[in-house]
Amino acid sequence: MEKTVNQKAWFLVLPVFLVVAFSAIIPMMTVVNYSLQDTFGNNQFFWNGVGWFKELLDPSTDLGGRFLASLGRNLIFSAIILAIEVPLGIVIALSMPRTGWQVAACLVILALPLLIPWNVVGTIWQIFGRPDIGLLGYTLNSLGIEYNYVSNAFDAWATVIVMDVWHWTSLVALLCYAGLKSIPDAYYQAAQIDGASRWAVFTAIQLPKMNRVLLIAVLLRFMDSFMIYTEPFVVTGGGPGNSTTFISIELVKIALGQFDLGKAAAMSLVYNLIILIVCWVFYTVMTNAGAARPVKEGAK
Amino acid sequence: MHSIPGRRIIISLFLVFLLLPIYWLVNMSFKTNDEIVSTMTLWPHHPTLAHYTRIFTDESWYSGYINSLKYVIINTVISISVALPAAYAFSRYRFLGDKHLFFWLLSNRMAPAAVYALPFFNLYSAIGLFDTPWAVALAHCIFNVPLAVWILEGFVSGVPREIDETAFLDGYSFPRFFVKILVPLISSGIGVAAFFCFMFSWVELLLARTLTSVDAKPISAVMTRTVSAAGMDWGLLSAAGVLTIIPGALVIWFVRNYIARGFALGRV
Repeated sequence: MEKTVNQKAWFLVLPVFLVVAFSAIIPMMTVVNYSLQDTFGNNQFFWNGVGWFKELLDPSTDLGGRFLASLGRNLIFSAIILAIEVPLGIVIALSMPRTGWQVAACLVILALPLLIPWNVVGTIWQIFGRPDIGLLGYTLNSLGIEYNYVSNAFDAWATVIVMDVWHWTSLVALLCYAGLKSIPDAYYQAAQIDGASRWAVFTAIQLPKMNRVLLIAVLLRFMDSFMIYTEPFVVTGGGPGNSTTFISIELVKIALGQFDLGKAAAMSLVYNLIILIVCWVFYTVMTNAGAARPVKEGAK
Repeated sequence: MHSIPGRRIIISLFLVFLLLPIYWLVNMSFKTNDEIVSTMTLWPHHPTLAHYTRIFTDESWYSGYINSLKYVIINTVISISVALPAAYAFSRYRFLGDKHLFFWLLSNRMAPAAVYALPFFNLYSAIGLFDTPWAVALAHCIFNVPLAVWILEGFVSGVPREIDETAFLDGYSFPRFFVKILVPLISSGIGVAAFFCFMFSWVELLLARTLTSVDAKPISAVMTRTVSAAGMDWGLLSAAGVLTIIPGALVIWFVRNYIARGFALGRV
């Protein structure tokens, strides 16, 4: 089904373009504007050229050090949660019941964490993990394991990661489940006739069929974990020290806490650029996978 | 057929893992603060509704919920109504810059809220929308509109093109075709897209908190401020938390049959 060329389609897209442009382009221009200036308050601005950018990318300065450290922490965080959530999500999707009311019940419970406001997610884990009143913290400590996410950096990290797994694995699982559901029964029957092993069914049928949804899952999880703010902010406040200060937390600290507009704007631009590049890579891979699909579909 | 060994145990363990922290929150919300601080109890021994009563009678608390719902609903309506025609255009036609436009939309879904917090504050203060539900609703459009376009495009593509052609041959005008034929055909897709707009607007805190101060303060901001001011009122905090989970749970129930497809953005 080839799409027809029709330039009037722009009229249909215009409302979306205007709404998003209003919220995206105007603020972005403000950011670019700030990033090239310095201010001493009182709305007096001075031209600063690319000074902030130089500082930002130089680890020896205060700003650069903080930016690169939080960037590094964020990359490690994203890598860890992807490494846990993607395999776990696949396993959960494969373990879903197949028929009956259990399916609906599982879907509703799985989706529940996704619908909880992010600060409440933070609150839930803040309470759950506290050594004095939380079930998790209390249990761990009475088992003889020292656990305190407020004072111990490792515990803080563990809490933030378990919280993210709790919060978002369902998304990966639901996506994979949707992918699995789309596999026709004939595929499994063919595999059975061939005497394929459980593992062979997984690698030859299920994994390739989940390819596209897995890409979406990885894209969404990477992006969202890369801009995580609220949950760790509520639980640890970025501490102890700076150990769980991710980029967004650092950025909000500089922008709304210290009101260092120039520094914050420069940091925003670089941050956004990184996201844009990663996004573009994923998008290209995804559209290529999409272009390849009709061939596969035609074969069946 | 797509099952694996031990699947019952795996899924049960995972569901328990999901529900345990939520149970703990519910548990706390029914306890008195004395019980919370002094003893470790697995269920409330002296159950109380005091925290819930406080929230429902104190205006500064319940207005938070109303404010949140206001901007969430405005945002959902705006997002869906602008996204529908665009989704149709992306699904059916090729036009100048369509691929770039689609990528640009997608990239906005991925833009970190922290980047926009400050410029939004300036922008909405300048046009006099600061501290109104409209400011938050419009700000949330930046990630919800692209998402809605994305989801709806998938669903519109699932409608055979012959249906459009037949309708036009029957003399339907474009607006009439759109409202009378296309919208009913993709109503489940609209439901899913609305669900996602609701969800992402409901869970977002940073922009909602930055763009409001007094009159339009959302519940999430009420929770963070009130609680840290007068020491920790754990029971009240938990009760407020439980009440924020309920709208989400209700919405899930309505879209439970489409939820898996929706999470795949209509692309399975």
